[in-house]
Amino acid sequence: MFAYLVKRVFQAIAVMFVISLIAFAIQGNLGDPLRELVGQSVSEEVRQQLREELGLNDSFLQQYLRFAGNALQGDLGTSYFFKEPALDVILKKLPATLELVFGATLIIIGLSVPLGVYTAIKPNALLSKIIMGLSIVGISIPVFLTAILMIFVFSVELGWLPSFGRGDIVPVWGYWETNFLTADGWAHIILPSIALASIMLPLFVRLIRAEMMEVLQSEYVRYATAKGIRPWRIYFVHALKNTLLPVITVGGVQIGTMVAYTILTETVFQWPGMGFMFLEAVNRVDTPLIVAYLIVVGFIFVVTNTIVDLIYGLVNPTVNIARMGA
Amino acid sequence: MSLLSVRDLTVKFAMRDQTVTALNSISFDLAKGERLGIVGESGAGKSITGFSLMNLLSRPGYIDSGQILFDGQDVVQMSEKALRSVRGNRMAMIFQDPMVTLNPVLTIGQQMVETLRAHRKLSVEEARQIAIVKLREVYIPSPEERLEQYPHELSGGMRQRIIIAIALLLDPQLIIADEPTTALDVTIQADIMELMLELCQSNQVGLILITHDLGVVSQMTERTLVMYAGRIIESGSTRSIINDPQHPYTQGLINALPQQTLPGHQLRQIPGNMPTLAQVPPGCAFNPRCEFATDTCRSQIPKISQYGDVEVACHEVHRLQTEPAREEEQA
Ligand SMILES: Nc1ncnc2c1ncn2[C@@H]1O[C@H](COP(=O)(O)OP(=O)(O)O)[C@@H](O)[C@H]1O
Ligand SMILES: [Mg+2]
Repeated sequence: MFAYLVKRVFQAIAVMFVISLIAFAIQGNLGDPLRELVGQSVSEEVRQQLREELGLNDSFLQQYLRFAGNALQGDLGTSYFFKEPALDVILKKLPATLELVFGATLIIIGLSVPLGVYTAIKPNALLSKIIMGLSIVGISIPVFLTAILMIFVFSVELGWLPSFGRGDIVPVWGYWETNFLTADGWAHIILPSIALASIMLPLFVRLIRAEMMEVLQSEYVRYATAKGIRPWRIYFVHALKNTLLPVITVGGVQIGTMVAYTILTETVFQWPGMGFMFLEAVNRVDTPLIVAYLIVVGFIFVVTNTIVDLIYGLVNPTVNIARMGA
Repeated sequence: MSLLSVRDLTVKFAMRDQTVTALNSISFDLAKGERLGIVGESGAGKSITGFSLMNLLSRPGYIDSGQILFDGQDVVQMSEKALRSVRGNRMAMIFQDPMVTLNPVLTIGQQMVETLRAHRKLSVEEARQIAIVKLREVYIPSPEERLEQYPHELSGGMRQRIIIAIALLLDPQLIIADEPTTALDVTIQADIMELMLELCQSNQVGLILITHDLGVVSQMTERTLVMYAGRIIESGSTRSIINDPQHPYTQGLINALPQQTLPGHQLRQIPGNMPTLAQVPPGCAFNPRCEFATDTCRSQIPKISQYGDVEVACHEVHRLQTEPAREEEQA
């Protein structure tokens, strides 16, 4: 177990190294930081002096090492626009994004398992055909279209749900303010969560259905039937666990990816998370903030993948974590 | 009254472009506690027969007509609920490959306990005690520990013993074993067969043993059915079938046994292959591979008739009987 953990952590560090290289390369190629800092009206001499002070004249390696060293201490540079440490800016926005991802994840898990299982058990039922048809439609409609349609129907026409912002939020701890403690907060998070979930939900339904149908063809399911086990037990004890094992791995990766997908959803709903912030940072060529965003998102991605792998190892009896390290 | 009475069982597969017949009007009986072998090359319809007896055919396959009377009740007509109470309880099945039969994510204990509790009102603890007793009967060392293990932690032979123990859990009247040792290491095949024979005899359990190995059939069973292309082509006491086979196909199977081959000689396999279901030739399905085939064999399906101690479906039995020297001349 310990060896496996160490191995996974090393892999994670290697991935973070690559991400930091990419982020650093972007930093050197996006706009001219001096122009953002001082504007046009400064003499070339002063510019040159500032360059020297900022270390922009050092070699690539020196600059990267300084960048990585600072990053390890939590210093990802200072946002040109906010004039604050970039990491702080992001951490303030992070809870809004994580809550949105959490909301979408709840919807995905809550719906994809029953829908996937149902369509696998009753592939010829009318309802199954409708679900599968909708899932194709769902996959092919872009998120912003789903979002705008929902705003039109539920906010503009019916007036049931608010269309932008987080509404009443309650401070919990540090920068973390939550939507989940007020009715208004819940109302505000519903549409953005559905919009974000709409990309992954059809994929998950289809994935679970395909896995489940394959498992239902397996010899051990036929054997369970031959032992006189009830259908519900075959579906939910024998088949579902075997179905969900591969889904966990794919699912974990997808939830990590969803953090990046929030950019669109947050922009449409003006959700004050880091995706929305990222788009603004790009518009303002706020390079430190862009770079910090990439690193934080990369970090979240790596951490979720590592955790998912560990969970997979724990729930799957045929993976012996103790031995896998060797 | 016999324990099992199969009458004119016909099984078909509804394929995309056509419907093919996998079992063609087969009939046989099994007395209480009797051990019956079903032999034939791969593709003869042996497994389909086994699954049909439990009404457990999977999708494109279905029972087209016929009766399967088990203890007087027709399995073909039973409701799902009635079938559930038969399966695993009064009729148990041992599958071919123990590596894929047990559920990989459930412990041996869970898979044994659930079987008991599906049929009897027992607490988990009571069920575990019965499971332990049955594991002892199949000579599994430290059964208490096995209950906590997952299938992948056990060898193939151990798993097949556990599957035999599961088959015996509810003291069934009939066990259907479909090539139970084919997937196992040769060194333990005989042990497993011996164990099954011992348990069936001591518990008075009927056995239908499906195999392609006539040698195994001769050790294990009292009566034998020989199948070819979805039909029973010869049946009778195992002794008669082994010592005095009538059908050219059965004779070919026996001549192909390793112990029939003189040292230094090649195994005498029957030339050609079993036809696929879509391409069963007219007349006797065996005729393209049969050295005695006549025009009648190529056009008319032979009826089953009593001949000596056995029932056989062959147009040429009488002629074969009068020309027994032919085999020896060639040898
Ligand atoms: N699911 C299926 N769909 C179509 N044909 C099948 C299916 N299962 C078995 N068959 C055919 O039925 C015939 C008998 O199969 P089986 O009973 O498994 O033979 P065996 O005697 O080797 O056990 C074979 O020709 C096989 O190809
Ligand atoms: Mg078979």
